[in-house]
Amino acid sequence: MKDIVIIGAGVSGTCIARELSRYAAHICVLEKGDDVASGTSKANSGVIHSGFDAKPGTLMAELNVEGNKLMWERAKELNFPVKQNGALVVCTDPDERDHLDVLLDQAYKNGVPGVRILERDEVLKMEPNLTDKTVAALYAPTGGVISPFGLAIAMGENANVNGVDFQFETEVTNIYPIEGGYHLDTNKGPIETKAIINAAGVYADVFHNMVSEKKIHITARKGEYLLFDKAIGHIFTASVFPLPGKMGKGILTAPTIDGNLYVGPTANDVDDKEGVNTTQEILDLLVDKAETAHLCKIKLPLNRIITSFSGLRAHEDHHEFIVEEVADAPNFFDAAGIESPGLTSSPAIGVRMAKIVSKKMELKEKDNFISTRKGITHFRDLSEEEKQAKIAENPAYGQIICRCEMITEGEILDAIHRPLGARSMDAIKRRTRAGMGRCQAGFCTPKTMEILAREWGVPMTSITKKGGKSKMLVGYTKEI
Amino acid sequence: MEERQIVIIGGGPAGLSAAVAAKNAGADDILIIERDERLGGILNQCIHNGFGLHTFKEELTGPEYAKRYINQVIDFGIDYLLNTMVVDIDDKRQVTYMNREEGLVTIKADAVILAMGCRERPRGALNIPGYRPAGIYTAGTAQRLVNMEGYMPGRKVVILGSGDIGLIMARRMTLEGAEVKVVAEIMPFSGGLKRNIVQCLDDFDIPLKLNHTVVDIRGRERVEGVTIAEVDENRKPIPGTEEDYDCDTLLLSVGLIPENELSEKIGVPLDPVTHGPIVNETFETKVSGVFACGNVLHVHDLVDFVSEEAAKAGENAVAFVKANYYEPNRQQIDILAGEGVGYTVPQTIAQNIDEPLKVRFRVRGIYQGKAVSVYFDNERIQHKKKRIIAPGQMEEVLIKPEELNAHASIKQIKVVIEDA
Repeated sequence: MKDIVIIGAGVSGTCIARELSRYAAHICVLEKGDDVASGTSKANSGVIHSGFDAKPGTLMAELNVEGNKLMWERAKELNFPVKQNGALVVCTDPDERDHLDVLLDQAYKNGVPGVRILERDEVLKMEPNLTDKTVAALYAPTGGVISPFGLAIAMGENANVNGVDFQFETEVTNIYPIEGGYHLDTNKGPIETKAIINAAGVYADVFHNMVSEKKIHITARKGEYLLFDKAIGHIFTASVFPLPGKMGKGILTAPTIDGNLYVGPTANDVDDKEGVNTTQEILDLLVDKAETAHLCKIKLPLNRIITSFSGLRAHEDHHEFIVEEVADAPNFFDAAGIESPGLTSSPAIGVRMAKIVSKKMELKEKDNFISTRKGITHFRDLSEEEKQAKIAENPAYGQIICRCEMITEGEILDAIHRPLGARSMDAIKRRTRAGMGRCQAGFCTPKTMEILAREWGVPMTSITKKGGKSKMLVGYTKEI
Repeated sequence: MEERQIVIIGGGPAGLSAAVAAKNAGADDILIIERDERLGGILNQCIHNGFGLHTFKEELTGPEYAKRYINQVIDFGIDYLLNTMVVDIDDKRQVTYMNREEGLVTIKADAVILAMGCRERPRGALNIPGYRPAGIYTAGTAQRLVNMEGYMPGRKVVILGSGDIGLIMARRMTLEGAEVKVVAEIMPFSGGLKRNIVQCLDDFDIPLKLNHTVVDIRGRERVEGVTIAEVDENRKPIPGTEEDYDCDTLLLSVGLIPENELSEKIGVPLDPVTHGPIVNETFETKVSGVFACGNVLHVHDLVDFVSEEAAKAGENAVAFVKANYYEPNRQQIDILAGEGVGYTVPQTIAQNIDEPLKVRFRVRGIYQGKAVSVYFDNERIQHKKKRIIAPGQMEEVLIKPEELNAHASIKQIKVVIEDA
């Protein structure tokens, strides 16, 4: 029997796994996808929220502010990229100006450091490309950007190094209590465990409701995005928000950690928990935003769009995080309703959950916990001398595979041979950015497939885009 | 820092032809830098025939056509590097390349020829809604997988876009046993060559649906189907015209974009229509000693024209190196794309040219019974009736030295499509 099963290897699951890996326990993460961060965590704005938006007094507000503080520490410990670019909430209508004061008040109450209101001239000096309609803006200096998969990969790898077992492509189909714990049915066979941590994103209600009579309900709230080429990524430095609305923080125009620009997300509730398709209607709306210079003073060039994508928020009916033991299901712990600012909060969710679980289960801290990790070396970020040294040490770094993002074979090999090594095309992409550039993997696809097949010792025809049935090829020529 | 006379970036058809021509024109120090593992560029995966009718007066396959140039490069002893990526270049013509053996190396060139070719426009650029499963490939990627690696990317195929690679792949996939259900083209005309529509679609009974586009992609893991709809004159889908196709593959042939990231690093101004550098009659960009040719300059219909243009660029680069003949302040006349014309290459011409200059262009739509005219300011100099002109086919006009000599102080030249 395992001590703890964590369902879900998104940012919540991996952060919890990492914090729990400090303790002597047999921990296993079950993940339906073929990689960490392949579900709810995969597609979002990648913003580190400072915490002025959450309602004061809520767990959401508390964990957001805590998570923001922890994120910068964890980034150093675990060597994943973050950037503190600040956030601006821009008011463009004099009649709505007092909304900024409401946000400022929330910021004080939530304990968000450094937040202040900037008048038009001051904010335009900071962001010269802001819309001419700018009246004033709320500025939060602790706002930042992060790659959501960068975070989950770092946490997951570190947890794995500290002994947490990850089982991918393992889907939990049923859970019921047994003597001293729980029985789980999965597509890979049954598993027994003393405790379960439910970090299943949009599916958290499904697993919760399998063991509890106090039902929860999670709605998949879809957000669609347009992503632009890095060539226009410099339009804004800060993440630029409109005034928030009923469905969330509104549609941003903001840079990603990698320097692309995006417009999004929209917010639409959908019935399908797998419904990550983009839709014509919403894409048209986003294109319209781009064309009408949403929040900025220049029209965004549509020929610089490199892709569109969508993600699902795990919206719980009360818009509040649930991080606790389920009242009528002992040793079943929820990390549910983790929607924005869930990414920011996840390091704090990990710490909080580890505290609750270790106390309840009387876990002992290990003395050999490894708290640091060496991240993937991104060749293009190295200095000239470092590049030379890297190629001299390993010639694979001299071979460019993805020419748009300048990703070398060395980085792809590293992605494959690290802990929780990449097995699919998307897993490579998430670790290295190969295929994320302007040609969207046109040139590097055949080469990356070849490297994957060679390194894992499998035929090319078994390489997938993202595990499961997502095979890249259907067979060989001359077969018919 | 090592110095080279002529550095050619790209060992595809443009780079090879430029190298051979430069050698023939007397250059003795040429270096071709190629990022792939062999010379020949995209020709290596174009195993169909139809190449070389203009250049060699015979029909060759892509690899055969490339081989003719590669053999000359080898016979001439022209230096080339494979698996080598140019990572930086500046307006002083300092080129930094990288490979496994040498690491990062910076060299200085007397002249640089940009011949990086082009890339395919991906799905994202089109903003097609739907899921993002496996089984969506650009036609060129599929072509590489099938023709060079021996793999089938799918068995039931829908193709969006009727560019030449898409048309060629419709036939190729059919010959390999796949079922190509339909080719959808959002424009009212195909961007491909007429001969490809006949030989690759009509001969295999593959329907070409003009004014149609993909409005949905189904399948979470692998493509399971796509929906195609008719579009109105603004290229917006018309509700109620949707048709579902079951397929496991969507191939995209929706345009080619010259790869000018390096050109931008040099600071070479680009033409907003061709997305390639603005060049004068010698194929020199606005940066002295930096020349451009082939699909990095503008997307061609036939490789024969790439070779022809690249040879000129190669010769001119040698002339530049030998005599420094190009004076930056020499008077240039703009060549403008007038009514019905998308762009012209070159975009400028000197008053005193030595030999006739071919100005290549593409038209914006299909024109029947119209004429191609050339105006020197407001005076019509040339007027030639054409039975049919289409955007899929490159057109050309010839500007002769005597015409320019007879018009000493003109400000601009304009190519237009007008009534015959």
